Amino acid sequence: MRVIRAIARRELAAYFGSPTAYVLIGVYLVLSGYFFYSDVALFVTFGAQVLSTGLWRFVFVDYRLVTLLVLPLVTMRLFAEERKLGTIELIWTLPVKDYQVILGKFLAAWVFFAVIVLLTMIPFVVFRVFFPFELGPPIAGYTGLMLLGTAFIACGIAASTLTENQVVAAMLTYGVLVFFWFMTWNEGVGDEKIIRVLLLFSLFDHYYNFASGSIQTVDIAYFLVFTLFFLFVSLRSLQSRAWRGVV
Amino acid sequence: MSIEIDAEHLRKTFGATVAVHDVSFRIERGEVVGFLGPNGAGKSTTLRMLTGVFPPSAGRATIAGHDVVRDSLAARRSLGYLPERAAPYGEMPVARYLRFIAEMKGIEARALTAAVREVMGAAGIERVAHRLVGNLSKGYRQRVGIAQALLGAPPVLILDEPTSGLDPEQVTEIRALVHGLGSERTVILSTHILSEVESICSRVMIMNRGRVLAVDSPARLEEHLRPYREFAADVVGPRDAVLLALRAVPHVVQVVPDASAGAAASARFTIRCDHGSDVRREIAGAIVGGGFGLLELRPVVMTLEEIFLTLVHDGGGSAPAPAAERADAGN
Repeated sequence: MRVIRAIARRELAAYFGSPTAYVLIGVYLVLSGYFFYSDVALFVTFGAQVLSTGLWRFVFVDYRLVTLLVLPLVTMRLFAEERKLGTIELIWTLPVKDYQVILGKFLAAWVFFAVIVLLTMIPFVVFRVFFPFELGPPIAGYTGLMLLGTAFIACGIAASTLTENQVVAAMLTYGVLVFFWFMTWNEGVGDEKIIRVLLLFSLFDHYYNFASGSIQTVDIAYFLVFTLFFLFVSLRSLQSRAWRGVV
Repeated sequence: MSIEIDAEHLRKTFGATVAVHDVSFRIERGEVVGFLGPNGAGKSTTLRMLTGVFPPSAGRATIAGHDVVRDSLAARRSLGYLPERAAPYGEMPVARYLRFIAEMKGIEARALTAAVREVMGAAGIERVAHRLVGNLSKGYRQRVGIAQALLGAPPVLILDEPTSGLDPEQVTEIRALVHGLGSERTVILSTHILSEVESICSRVMIMNRGRVLAVDSPARLEEHLRPYREFAADVVGPRDAVLLALRAVPHVVQVVPDASAGAAASARFTIRCDHGSDVRREIAGAIVGGGFGLLELRPVVMTLEEIFLTLVHDGGGSAPAPAAERADAGN
């Protein structure tokens, strides 16, 4: 655990020691703030639905897009940069296990995302001062958002282990995540049975329940399995140095 | 003396490429061994197998008695490594970087500060403790890399080209630093700078095309590569007469006059004689007794450069067979 913590602390210092972190946080907050404002405005103008499901559903579905935009840019450097600079070779000669290195970096990106998510709560707090609302649905939404982010981070780390080029790592992450989003968009052509199977795998179909204010075990399980799968891919990818000769 | 590093028939393949064929050697505690070879000889791959970056495809190796595959963490705990591309995290201050590595090496929290201070002292970097690694000169960054390797007081140090890319003054400093480390540790120093090996190392290991060609002290390698002793003599006197006199000396096998010095007053002769016989006194006697003038008489030793080139170029010929035996035998 100490090793994981040491790696996470180093990564966080690297994040917050560079302007990139503040740009990414800024972009996330500006976009999510814009969505929060425009969703509230839309709801007030055309609303008259139930606040608990109607408004928050819009907000969290929009936050999903911002997360999709920003997180691959957060995770892309985690392994790619170390391989490019050659610092990773030293790590492999230290008495630490590969999974500890992955979990340390994972933890760092997760904490970074948690900081962003905490900051997005400011408009909720302000809104609640003027207009008290039930807390349950946004809690479900935030649970879903954190799980979604966790899954994105795992996928981003796996992509980052595959290359020493950060842009390639980010593009690869976008590719995989967008594929898991679009895979159920072909209702018109697909067989209904196939669509039903695809829905099981669709990233965002599992997120909509959270956004609508409902926490379901199957959705939590989906995100955890997604995360574990990509962490496993990362581990195997790092271990491939044994036969690829690329450190 | 106990064996600190033991490699037996190490082999590494990447797909169809064989990077390291069959490498065996033993290094005893306290030795400083130079690891030589042209680029692409398989040095880095061998070091990476020893340091646990990746496992060998076949064969086994131990560091301080710990198998590098089965007992990998213990083996890695016993070594400090300075990678060739030693680029410590540039955005970190030196002391914080060293604390990070110390934590990774499992040094206890209570002992961290003392451990970091100790290696900073040993590497001479206390002065820059709070500067960012990325802002240091290359020589200082290399010192940070060495300090990092020293953390945890590992009995084995593996340094991959510690002086490459440094200016001459930095090279001298780093060499002195490495030389000082060798007194209490076992050190493998990979390099392709031969003078470095000559000045620091007790033994050399020469590698080419994925094979170890020889492991021995430079003197014994010379003995092995050259089946005779060689002396050079500058003599004043008629060439043919001198030749005759020299050839009459017992144990002298061959005398070659230097062709270039034909018209000069003195001529140089290369005299080869049996191994194990120092016949300088007899040679001097023959020259002076014959009424010739002896200006200079000195032994001709093979430079490490010549040894290296002979081994590497004759790699496919006569040298490797006995050299491989030597490598197996270790000493």
